[in-house]
Amino acid sequence: MSAERLGGDERPFPPGEYPVVIVGSGPGGLQLSYSLMRLGIEHAVISSDESAGGMFRRWPFFQRLLSWTKPYVQFERTTREFERYDWNSLLADEPQHRGLMTEIMDGTSNYPSRPEMERSLARFAERTGVRVRFGCTWLETRRDGERFVLVTSDGEYRCAVPVFAVGVAQPWRPSMQGIELAAHYADTRPANTYAGRRIFIIGKENSAFELATGFLPWARQLVLASPTPTKLSITTNSLVGVRARYVQPYEDHVIGGGGVILLNASIESIERNGDCYRVRTKRSDGSGELVFDADDVIAATGFTAPVRDLAALGVATVGRNRLPAQTALWESASVPSLYFAGTIHQASPGLRKHGMPSNSGGVNGHRYNGRILARHIARHHFGVDPERATLRAPDVIPFLLRELTNGPELWHQKAYLARILRFDAGRGIVDDGVWPLMHFLDSGSGDAIAATVEENAAGDIYPCLYVRRGGDVHEVLLPPNPLLDYRTADNERLLAEALGPLLSL
Amino acid sequence: MATQEEVVDTLASLSIFADLTRPELEHIAHELDEQYFPQDQRVLRQGLSGSAFYIVLEGEAAAIASGERVNTLARGDFFGEISVLLGEPPTADVIAVRPLRCLVLAGERLEPFLVEHPRVAFRILQAEARKLRNATRRKS
Repeated sequence: MSAERLGGDERPFPPGEYPVVIVGSGPGGLQLSYSLMRLGIEHAVISSDESAGGMFRRWPFFQRLLSWTKPYVQFERTTREFERYDWNSLLADEPQHRGLMTEIMDGTSNYPSRPEMERSLARFAERTGVRVRFGCTWLETRRDGERFVLVTSDGEYRCAVPVFAVGVAQPWRPSMQGIELAAHYADTRPANTYAGRRIFIIGKENSAFELATGFLPWARQLVLASPTPTKLSITTNSLVGVRARYVQPYEDHVIGGGGVILLNASIESIERNGDCYRVRTKRSDGSGELVFDADDVIAATGFTAPVRDLAALGVATVGRNRLPAQTALWESASVPSLYFAGTIHQASPGLRKHGMPSNSGGVNGHRYNGRILARHIARHHFGVDPERATLRAPDVIPFLLRELTNGPELWHQKAYLARILRFDAGRGIVDDGVWPLMHFLDSGSGDAIAATVEENAAGDIYPCLYVRRGGDVHEVLLPPNPLLDYRTADNERLLAEALGPLLSL
Repeated sequence: MATQEEVVDTLASLSIFADLTRPELEHIAHELDEQYFPQDQRVLRQGLSGSAFYIVLEGEAAAIASGERVNTLARGDFFGEISVLLGEPPTADVIAVRPLRCLVLAGERLEPFLVEHPRVAFRILQAEARKLRNATRRKS
């Protein structure tokens, strides 16, 4: 087994007592471990897998990601600004460890392949020294006073702070009559084994359209059904909806050809019918029942997080797929000191202004959350809080406009993460870095500014500042810019008006 | 909330959805998101744009305006509609006073949602009329 696969020393972190234990070796676990390491917080990382990569060791099924990396944009790959154009590399402070995905992609697509993503994650662990105890399966959890005990296949781990970065990759099926007869997305066979078959896919989101796209050259008929109409990312002006890469089946449907049917209907039942299946549906518009005979029924109904016995510990869950409900800083909303990392962060939705979700379900979003979470854990649980830089008042407006134009955190996590400046009586204007906007709004009362980028349902992307003065917060919306560059004289003037009293300009 | 069936059953038990058929409820269950708020968490924020429409599934919330509790919200109650319908930021905070579960519809989706489901619009209008009547009674 290579060093890259092991992520460093063989079998580190034997069972025992640690300040923090991270469960999981996907991007969420690796990013958090790296960021804790940088802050000097001792921790163990355990994983039931044999190598780094998490869900990317298996999926997406058709082996090509939905998240791009563009190696030849205007910024050097070793810069922070480049992260905006690279949705896949994990974050490092050292320039030589940044943008690792660009070293690995073979140039055939700006969307990395699954093996490239897996390799990139393993390389990150190897180069940055993130170590993982692989082959160590978390089995049970209990409390021992203030501490948590994680029972694993290797023995017991005790810690003050457990962090579960176990992904959202456990197949989830809604309850419906006969659903057990349907295969799950996770059980899909090679596409050529569906040659000449009638395939009924339950679901009309990305995973359903990914399968449908892969089946187009093989299937005799494709039906995709769910109660609500298909949303397309290009019409929702967000990542909500089917991404452009998978729109071909949609076009086949709307032009009325190609044997693809998209149906707004609830699934009433799935039954065996000789060698095939009979699927009964009820149309959402009340116009009656439609019955389909299919050779294969696949539930592309999503995934949940394998959180084992955490519910028994009091962890509240939320939504159709029962993800752990979390605070703005990704702590369980019902069990203090128990945290989550990685794609599970999608269940900490933030403000959802104008209905726009965070990108915490993707690496491009949750990698920033991971870095912030490390800072929060270090500060809140271990009293480690490295001093932040200060700014001179005349530098504040150019700094904010630069961050709003090029700050990757603000672009990947719009209206979710914000750059915070605090006005400290002793130190002056402190650049407090990037924090969740919701956390800023709901904590603290000192004078401060939060700067973020937002978007609305009309597709406008614009900067928004939240100015807290004397305990009251008010919004300052700046106009959109067609070139997405907010470093304009008009914006300097608008910010001078809005921030003048705070900055004593 | 666990299964799709349970979601639909819960919706059916809320007065604003009382007139809908089961397929319509299933459609709505897909359209609304569920959100959980721990105790003391702010749900709606006075003065901030881009808010949403909320329906309480369980728990309790308080509407706070100018530091005073002006309303208590419990299962079946809804809030956020006034700011969404008027296109203005909310004039009160809403805070979870006990752990709170809500269904959420993005503000921009409320108009098409009500147009698509006129019986829901009627029920909401009825509830607003009751609120107005009660407020008028209190003043008289």
